[in-house]
Amino acid sequence: MPVIQVDGQEYEVEAGKNLLEACLSLGLDLPYFCWHPAMGSIGACRQCAVVQYLNAEDERGRIVMGCMTPVTDGAIFSLSGDKARGFRQAIVESLMLNHPHDCPVCAEGGECHLQDMTVMVGHRDRHYRGRKNTHRNQYLGPLINHEMNRCITCYRCTRYYRDYAGGTDLAALASRDHVYFGRHSDGVLQSEFAGNLLEVCPTGVFTDKSLVHNYTRKWDLQSAPSVCVGCAMGCNTLPGERYGKIKRVHNRFNAEVNGYFLCDRGRFGAGFVHDERRLQYPGLRNNDGRYDAINHHEALQYMDRACAPGKVAGIGSPRASVEANFLLRTLVGEENFAPGFSDAEQPLVELVLRLQQDSRALVPDITTIESADAVLILGEDLTNTAPRIALALRQSVRNKAYEMAAELRLETWQDGAIRNLAQDQRSPLYIAAVADTPLDDVATNRISLAPDDIARLGNAIAANIAGQPNADLEQPLQEQVEMITTALAGAQRPLVLSGTGCGSTAVLAAAGQVADALCGNGVPAMLCLAVPEANSLGQALLTGCDAPGLAQLQQRAASGEFDTLVVLENDLYRRGSSAQIDQLLGAFQQVLVLDGLDNQTTSSATLALPAASFAESNGTLISLEGRAQHHYPVFQPHAERRPSWTWLLACMKEMQREEVRSLHHFDDITRACAATIPALAGITAAAPDHHFRNAGVRIPRQTHRYSGRTAMRADISVHEPRQPVDEESPLAFSMEGLNRDQPGALLPYVWAPGWNSNQSLHKFQAEVGGPLKGGTAGARLLQSGIGAGPGTFTAPAPFKAEPGRWQLVPRQRIFGSDELSALSPGLAELVQPGFIEICAADAQLLGVTEGDGLVVTKGITKGATEGVTTGVDNTLATLEARINDSMAVGCAGFSVGLAGVQNLRPLAPVSLRRAEGWQRRSPELIGSDRDAGPGGTHV
Amino acid sequence: MSDLIPIVSVAEAALSEEKAALSGLNAVLSEAELTAIDREISHVPYRSAAAIDALKIVQSHRGWVSDENLRAIAHHLEMSAAELEGIATFYNLIFRRPVGNKVILLCNSISCWIKGCDNLQKKVSEQLGVDLGQTTPDNRYTLLPVTCLGACDKAPVMMVGDDLHEDVTEQAVQTLFGDHGGGGE
Repeated sequence: MPVIQVDGQEYEVEAGKNLLEACLSLGLDLPYFCWHPAMGSIGACRQCAVVQYLNAEDERGRIVMGCMTPVTDGAIFSLSGDKARGFRQAIVESLMLNHPHDCPVCAEGGECHLQDMTVMVGHRDRHYRGRKNTHRNQYLGPLINHEMNRCITCYRCTRYYRDYAGGTDLAALASRDHVYFGRHSDGVLQSEFAGNLLEVCPTGVFTDKSLVHNYTRKWDLQSAPSVCVGCAMGCNTLPGERYGKIKRVHNRFNAEVNGYFLCDRGRFGAGFVHDERRLQYPGLRNNDGRYDAINHHEALQYMDRACAPGKVAGIGSPRASVEANFLLRTLVGEENFAPGFSDAEQPLVELVLRLQQDSRALVPDITTIESADAVLILGEDLTNTAPRIALALRQSVRNKAYEMAAELRLETWQDGAIRNLAQDQRSPLYIAAVADTPLDDVATNRISLAPDDIARLGNAIAANIAGQPNADLEQPLQEQVEMITTALAGAQRPLVLSGTGCGSTAVLAAAGQVADALCGNGVPAMLCLAVPEANSLGQALLTGCDAPGLAQLQQRAASGEFDTLVVLENDLYRRGSSAQIDQLLGAFQQVLVLDGLDNQTTSSATLALPAASFAESNGTLISLEGRAQHHYPVFQPHAERRPSWTWLLACMKEMQREEVRSLHHFDDITRACAATIPALAGITAAAPDHHFRNAGVRIPRQTHRYSGRTAMRADISVHEPRQPVDEESPLAFSMEGLNRDQPGALLPYVWAPGWNSNQSLHKFQAEVGGPLKGGTAGARLLQSGIGAGPGTFTAPAPFKAEPGRWQLVPRQRIFGSDELSALSPGLAELVQPGFIEICAADAQLLGVTEGDGLVVTKGITKGATEGVTTGVDNTLATLEARINDSMAVGCAGFSVGLAGVQNLRPLAPVSLRRAEGWQRRSPELIGSDRDAGPGGTHV
Repeated sequence: MSDLIPIVSVAEAALSEEKAALSGLNAVLSEAELTAIDREISHVPYRSAAAIDALKIVQSHRGWVSDENLRAIAHHLEMSAAELEGIATFYNLIFRRPVGNKVILLCNSISCWIKGCDNLQKKVSEQLGVDLGQTTPDNRYTLLPVTCLGACDKAPVMMVGDDLHEDVTEQAVQTLFGDHGGGGE
């Protein structure tokens, strides 16, 4: 390792780093703006200037930029020399020429990297007395506020947005001191990852709109380590609370899960926590169907009476914690507990688990995904189902560029040089999907196929890789197979991705086959399978692969086996058609529902119990890579809201159940679960238990500058209540304690002396950009790569498009396809109405244009032109028509989870006809406004 | 810079964007323009590499590049409007607002400044009745400053349309613009 000299002191540093990284890793404070650990160096801002000396005799030295200077053995630098300090001061002063003095009204104030750096270089007095440049701000959508005057033109925003995240609608405009970062015209930023601009911008140009309108300074926020519940990715988050509201969600660094970035669903999707539909008190349904609020003792007694006779079934939830699900399973008995998937989804999630357990392939984390040098995606639209993976894939295609850079001996942090070198050369990324996906722009090729054909394609690739090609594919598809085989077989670290998103077990199985075939050739292949919800995989692990489904419970209830149903945090009306769920709930005499939000299921309950959200309770969630992660309450729940595990534990204590006699704390449940379920034995390692103390004290949720605690409730009462005591975790609702050197799972906020912004993170990392000093949060439960192989798989028959008949295929949307994102006010504005996507040729034959209505009916009509089904009303939905020429022939895409699609099921055969009397939302475009596309008709 | 971006309401912008995306954007550009742009595209490895030439071609036909034109060019070059906007606004001789029939480029760089370009500018402004950045009411001239015209040995210099005027004097300005009504605004 090279030894460098900095200000007379010798340090051993890691080879291949630049001086700025080396200094920060050594704990030396060197100011910077444009450099970012995830984005490398371009040397634009000139802020990290240091003096480099040729040798010991050189007394003058020369100024170099730290971020552009590789560390070499024997190099001599000075950070504190007058020349370097003066230069850095001058840079900040020049950046300040046009920077407004608006810190007191700026949302970034108190966590502003520019403030920190200005103080760090010692620039105090402004000499400039001229006019400052001012800009007009743009409307960038409901999530992000734009305040261009504050810009210091470090270019981090466009480098992140364009180069890193692949966005195309934010650019650097104009030149000289008129440079403006914005869109071509006002409008919503289109990237699914735009929210990271808030953390990437070193000052207050991009700020959180909901925070700006409901503001609290960083130092006044109470926060705790949390896990995003938006999808199954398990991104680590830091929600910040004040006055009982989640004010904002920031990224919590986890080197193996989300690195520095979140998606917008995760960042802006926590608004449901204080939605007005949150339940406050237990509600008992009275005779006229309304609910009477009762106190929690009455509620528990009612639960006890309902559950005591023992004829109880339980439906768990893939979005509730392992512990709550485990308690419900204990309450009702293993054979009476359904994991809470829809009947279509249950086999898919169980297959995902089986494939990951059986596969010889590695289940990758985010860093290994980024290292993949050839990628195949089968069926899954990752940007909309597990967005953070899509962002990682955008980095993986750059491995070609890094290869080229290595040949020229360019360091990987030479961002500008490497991008220039590679231009549009990328590592292979192949996508087979039902239609276009947002990753298409970095894909080598995207093929539109019906789900069964995707499975056949995967199967043929697997056979090809294994050296036993089967030649039953159509010619154009066979060519694709050859190309993809060559790409995957020639790779060092090939990655295969799929997921439950396209609704087909055959597609999942095919992905398993491809990954396994690669392993059979001795290549360390990776297999990554997406599941829909925060704890979907946890439910599969908890229940094994033979748990009853909803239909089975309904039949058993109808046969008199059950009286009572307990539903845990699950809106069942999202899991089946209204008729099916009505029938299910109707089969029970009483239905007890624990949930946070008033939804159709809670409205059907006999007794509804208000459950605390993820931000108000402890819980363990198991991500799609099988990582158990712990989330902690950020604040205490209001009113009679209790965490679900508290309700269930109290109920079972009330019932004097033997199983819970020795369970007193949340950790006891985790341990009992680990002891009972072998597959979950590892969950106790996810985080330290509540006895943990950091150097003898708790870890504070509040910063040392937390203010106004005595005044916060002064409008209610001048008596300050006692601070709540957290019996369930090592964190304190207090500013007292030690937020340093703790295990990675217990990081409630980042701050270090002189570093008030999120850039202080590097003080918590073992080395800058590396994992946390306290270790990476979470525990992997799946033993990667030890399976015996998934066994044989017979590909389905080729999909045949039939006249007048379409196969429904899911089209996922990042905002709205999940249950919770549409409840956040900002995201709600971006949620579109439900739609049906068909190709232009089909649209022409159906006589619809974009924006017209389409009636979806089940069964088959004799011919599309007749468009009428006989007999009973088979209508499933009436939705807006969207024309998408990338749709696979014979398929119709439907917007999963959006309004109006409740009765539509993936892969169902349907008929379509034009809806009469449909009210268009937008004016009709005449036919010649659109070119007829290449999409083939079959009607 | 931002003053170059016409402010439209969000709803309008969204609607116009949607419309632009849907309707055949190529119809905005003339056949001659498209032919010329395609010729440039044939010389470069990426379509977007013809961006500057495409902007110049459209400007040569229309005098300036409107938002609609810009979106149409971006569409034709398979790049985003924001990317092309970044290029268009980087160059001060790509006009994103309407200009007069002739653009007066008055050099204010160091040589011309030593030789008294400030007085020349006052004279031009007085003759035409417009300040820097303004267009005469009869739409004949737009007066703009420029950093260098590459003729420092003949300073002060100015361009009127395509003609370079060297060693410009106040008298010369008087002669050039003397017949213009002036005092417009």
